[in-house]
Amino acid sequence: MGVVIHRVEVGIREDREDAAGRRLARRIGDDLGLRVEAVRVVEVYTVECDAPRETLEAFAASALCDPVLQRHAIDAPLEGDFEWAAEVALRPGVTDNVGRTASEALALQLGRPLGPDELVTCARQYRVARGPGRPEDRARVVEGLLCNLLIESYRLWEGGGAAWFSAQVPRVTLDRQPQVRTWRLDLPDEELLQLSRDNVWALSLAELRAIEAYFRRPDARAVRAREGLPPEPTDVELECLAQTWSEHCKHKIFSARIRHRGPDGAERDVDSLFKTYVRGTTEAVRAAKGERDPCVSVFDDNAGVVRFLPDWHLVFKVETHNSPSALDPYGGALTGIVGVNRDPFGTGMGARLFCNTDVFCFAPPGWKGELPPRLLAPRRVLEGVREGVEHGGNKSGIPTVNGSVVFHERYLGKPLVYCGTGGILPARTGERDAHRKYHAPGDAIVMVGGRIGKDGIHGATFSSEELHEGSPATAVQIGDPITQKRMTDFLLVARDAGLYSGITDNGAGGLSSSIGEMARQTGGADIDLTHAPLKYAGLDPWEILLSEAQERMSVAVPPDQVPEFLALAQRMGVLATALGKFTDDGIFRVRHEGKVVAALHMDFLHEGLPRLDLRAAWGTPPPQPVRPPAPPDPGGILERLLARPNVCSKHYWVRQYDHEVQGGSVVKPLCGSRGCGPSDAAVVRPVLESPRGVVIAHGIAAKFADLDAHAAALSAIDEGIRNAVATGADPETLAGLDNFCWPDPVVGPRNPDGEHKLAQLVRTCEALREACLAHGVPLISGKDSMKNDYHHGDVRISIPPTLLFTVLGQIPDAARAVTMDFKRPGESVYVVGRTAEELGGSEYFALLGEAGGVPPTARPEEQARLYRKLHGALAEGLVSACHDCSDGGLGVALAEAAFAGDMGAELDLRPLAADGVDRDDLLLFSESNGRFVVAVRIGSEARFETRMAGTPCRLIGKTHSGGRLRISGLEGAVVVDRDVRELQAVWRAPFDFAGEDREDAHG
Amino acid sequence: MAERCRVFVLAGNGTNCEVETAHAWRLAGADLVDVVPIWDWAAGRASLDAYEVLTFPGGFMDGDDLGSARACAHRLRHTAPRPGGPTLLEEVVAFVRRGGLVLGICNGFQLLVKVGLLPNGGDDPRPTTTLGPNARGRFEDRWVRLLADPASPCLFTRGLGEFELPVRHGEGRLLFADDAARKTTLDRHLVPLRYALKGLPTDVYPFNPNGAEEAAAALTDPTGRILGLMPHPEAFVVRTQHPRWTRETVPEEGAGLRLFRNAVQAVRGGNG
Repeated sequence: MGVVIHRVEVGIREDREDAAGRRLARRIGDDLGLRVEAVRVVEVYTVECDAPRETLEAFAASALCDPVLQRHAIDAPLEGDFEWAAEVALRPGVTDNVGRTASEALALQLGRPLGPDELVTCARQYRVARGPGRPEDRARVVEGLLCNLLIESYRLWEGGGAAWFSAQVPRVTLDRQPQVRTWRLDLPDEELLQLSRDNVWALSLAELRAIEAYFRRPDARAVRAREGLPPEPTDVELECLAQTWSEHCKHKIFSARIRHRGPDGAERDVDSLFKTYVRGTTEAVRAAKGERDPCVSVFDDNAGVVRFLPDWHLVFKVETHNSPSALDPYGGALTGIVGVNRDPFGTGMGARLFCNTDVFCFAPPGWKGELPPRLLAPRRVLEGVREGVEHGGNKSGIPTVNGSVVFHERYLGKPLVYCGTGGILPARTGERDAHRKYHAPGDAIVMVGGRIGKDGIHGATFSSEELHEGSPATAVQIGDPITQKRMTDFLLVARDAGLYSGITDNGAGGLSSSIGEMARQTGGADIDLTHAPLKYAGLDPWEILLSEAQERMSVAVPPDQVPEFLALAQRMGVLATALGKFTDDGIFRVRHEGKVVAALHMDFLHEGLPRLDLRAAWGTPPPQPVRPPAPPDPGGILERLLARPNVCSKHYWVRQYDHEVQGGSVVKPLCGSRGCGPSDAAVVRPVLESPRGVVIAHGIAAKFADLDAHAAALSAIDEGIRNAVATGADPETLAGLDNFCWPDPVVGPRNPDGEHKLAQLVRTCEALREACLAHGVPLISGKDSMKNDYHHGDVRISIPPTLLFTVLGQIPDAARAVTMDFKRPGESVYVVGRTAEELGGSEYFALLGEAGGVPPTARPEEQARLYRKLHGALAEGLVSACHDCSDGGLGVALAEAAFAGDMGAELDLRPLAADGVDRDDLLLFSESNGRFVVAVRIGSEARFETRMAGTPCRLIGKTHSGGRLRISGLEGAVVVDRDVRELQAVWRAPFDFAGEDREDAHG
Repeated sequence: MAERCRVFVLAGNGTNCEVETAHAWRLAGADLVDVVPIWDWAAGRASLDAYEVLTFPGGFMDGDDLGSARACAHRLRHTAPRPGGPTLLEEVVAFVRRGGLVLGICNGFQLLVKVGLLPNGGDDPRPTTTLGPNARGRFEDRWVRLLADPASPCLFTRGLGEFELPVRHGEGRLLFADDAARKTTLDRHLVPLRYALKGLPTDVYPFNPNGAEEAAAALTDPTGRILGLMPHPEAFVVRTQHPRWTRETVPEEGAGLRLFRNAVQAVRGGNG
């Protein structure tokens, strides 16, 4: 017979509603302003197989079509009535998860493995019953919503007797022989730099010259002669160096020598921001904590490790995936989440994953303006990222427990997608501490997981560059959560059976990075890329080495355990391939088809990078106080603040993320009487047999950074700690993670204010040290992403400098956790903390269009003492509700606590501890740090006040069962008088895309 | 009737609730709970013979890439541990026929429906219902109120009354193939749990979170020994899993655990 190509179309039966189609039709209206009637979605499977027709029919009926809901047609169009249709298919080589599953199903049907020419691929057809008629509008529908031309292509059918879609197979055919090229580096400066640009190495002149010098070293020449390599570097070696030395991997800016001129004009030198402010801070905190130091492993593995229970450690990591998410929001974000999953999974001997977090920074969804080339509309980015994290998190079975969505116009230049993952690591595997790795020379190097293609090549170097028109499409990968889940299921079994000695993930830089890093422990590695499983033939060795194809871990297996390891992998349906072995000869050696194609000294690979010398200069004047006129109706302002994108309800995201799987959920993202209150932090019990809880919180305050980066950093850190403390975390147990996303801080012709951006980074690091020392919070992990700019012609959009501070806390008995909703009528409401006139960058000033003012700062020493006292009151069970005051200030916090509890309150601003603030609007909407709204259980007031003695803690009124929030101002008159259900409706409306206005779990 | 209650919890290839589901069975007093990788079952390294209860936990088996549980249903139909021997699906049918209990939660329920075991049971396994995409076209995680049908033959839901559980799915909309299928199912009281509002079955979103016909949140078979349900009973076995435990009086033991206890009791002969 031979292989025949068939098309199978599967669609919802005409008499059934097509929910996906209906949702799309609405988005075409909402996002694009175009009217369409009835969209129906048809799945199109292109089946290439060598099988009789009846086998294909049986396959379609069993695997592809649900007879109750769907109908299908083979090699013919599915009948229907529509004006036009678009069929969208992945470009060749882009990961096709549906096709992969369908191919496995086909093999089951055939009862044999598929032949080399047998495959199922998947495309999606959209049939539009009516409208829009104009060709340009149809193109807008397809290109603006249905198809991302970077990774997909489409065909149109517009009726009128046109032929229906033919079967088309997106197969990669690289009609070429793999080759290894060599490059001469003894070129003039400009030619050398051009070579670096042409090859996307992103290497500087100094780095290129250092590499040139290395290849002239006598010991390097001797090695090359011995290995049969030419004197000039191969492309494998140059690509490997470029990747290893990328900003993404080596954090060159954080390691640089910096001459810094601060706001006071004084100059001083900083010898590595990382050593001084990050590692140095943690060392100081750990020394001060002594016996109570929670750290187990920090800064020398893929994620930080802290103590949790005698038999269990916590592992946490937060990453960003900004550039890929800018190009393909869905694939970029999906890969972001499944990618960060592999960090805790590759820490020590491997941790089981128990929670995800996500923080997104976008341009406002209602942004109206001319989109610069290559940028996607904010609404499309928002929806793509949301869906990517939904699929990545939900399908991996890891609950998404905490997050934020932050809006600022300048995130148009690059959206930020922070993804975090927590893991739980046994303290020991067998007799050994599980937070270390034990691989030794002679251990086999085994790659586990998916196959290698061109996916994500140059991801590491690309993310170290600004976004421009020629950004490579191959920089985008699409993750496959199920392949990864199979792999992690297998590796946990292998871990507990003691079948491997070390593990790390394949992320940025692929094998080059993972094996290069692991080889540092033994002093060398020797791998043969001929053995690497490929998605398609024709890849050059350097591409195999650098590919960032997803779902792969690199594992070290002692030689006598290799057969058992590989057999277990095969049994569990996981691809595992031995590629070589770790050595101790000091060389990173790569072979391909019998020849050595790279041999680099390990010390040069990892330590040969020349350090940067940078200049930082503070370039803005100190913020000045401003006072807009007092508004007549603070209650009206409160309503408008509640509807602002940074303040309003994020239930649209929360509801679509599984936040409860694994059974450890204690405090969910939404709480309160009708599940509508915004929780300050998540509480999760990762070990079901123990009551001990993990508290996960974060702070982010980029909106203050333009005014004062130092104040912005203090605010982010205080917010993160405050959120954790408000939910019941013991301040003694906290650990922090710092994730910097910065606009390019290196001055250059196209980046004239680079010195100021670097000064902002220095000031942020100073704040980090100051706050972490005061609060006794060690930094256990972090990451920086340094080129978050868009550049095209004269247009440059740089993100606001953004520090995400993630806080990991612990609560010995999770049943002592406290949520933010008012619980009972008649309870006393206190405000803890001082209010100052700090409205610069606040939501209130942003609402008024006021760009000036003094942003909130923090007093970490004072606040650390306050938080310990407040925690004492929470731990004693005196407090029924505790809510952090942040975006929108006290007014918003009081409104949220009231409507979350469906409870009114009668409150008075006069008792507030306020530093000379003499206006109601400023008191209500200042965003001073260090403040909480607290409700105290009836009968516990005296005890609470005793505990809080000596702190700025003031009784401002009581809750009541009526539905109104009434606040009296400084003159004694009522300045806010609103129905709490109305406030809640206003707060829920902006992102209520599903129309859940009736949400009421009580019934 | 058995003295021991031994539970087989299937895992792997995309399941993700096996740990807490096994935990719930242990809390409910099962004597033995084994989490069995699907690959071991498919290779004949594990067999249903040694168990009284089979559980398909929640997750995304085969990624749900071809529609929820469809690829996995196809896998059970076409995988035989021994060449020429019974398929995994035939093993399940045999297990049901000899009196075993089967619980499918969320993706596990979708699987039981797609292979035709629900609602018609092991004697007549043909699909007459399905679980389609939610009416809102999206995945949702939210808590719902459920109302048990006291006239249902289902062994798991006896005496449950009204209670709360979370749903977490994108394809949970129960649809009948036709009116005949609907009538048979209703006449035999094979819908043991319904989404409820103010004590009555409801079509109103979000109380009925997916637009299910007949407000059906679950199906059982005529013997009452098979239960499939979209909500997650294993996600409410202790008080602190409830969304309002910090503000309401919630019993220490979650309502979901009663469903597991009923099954253990039924196996031991207390009520079966």
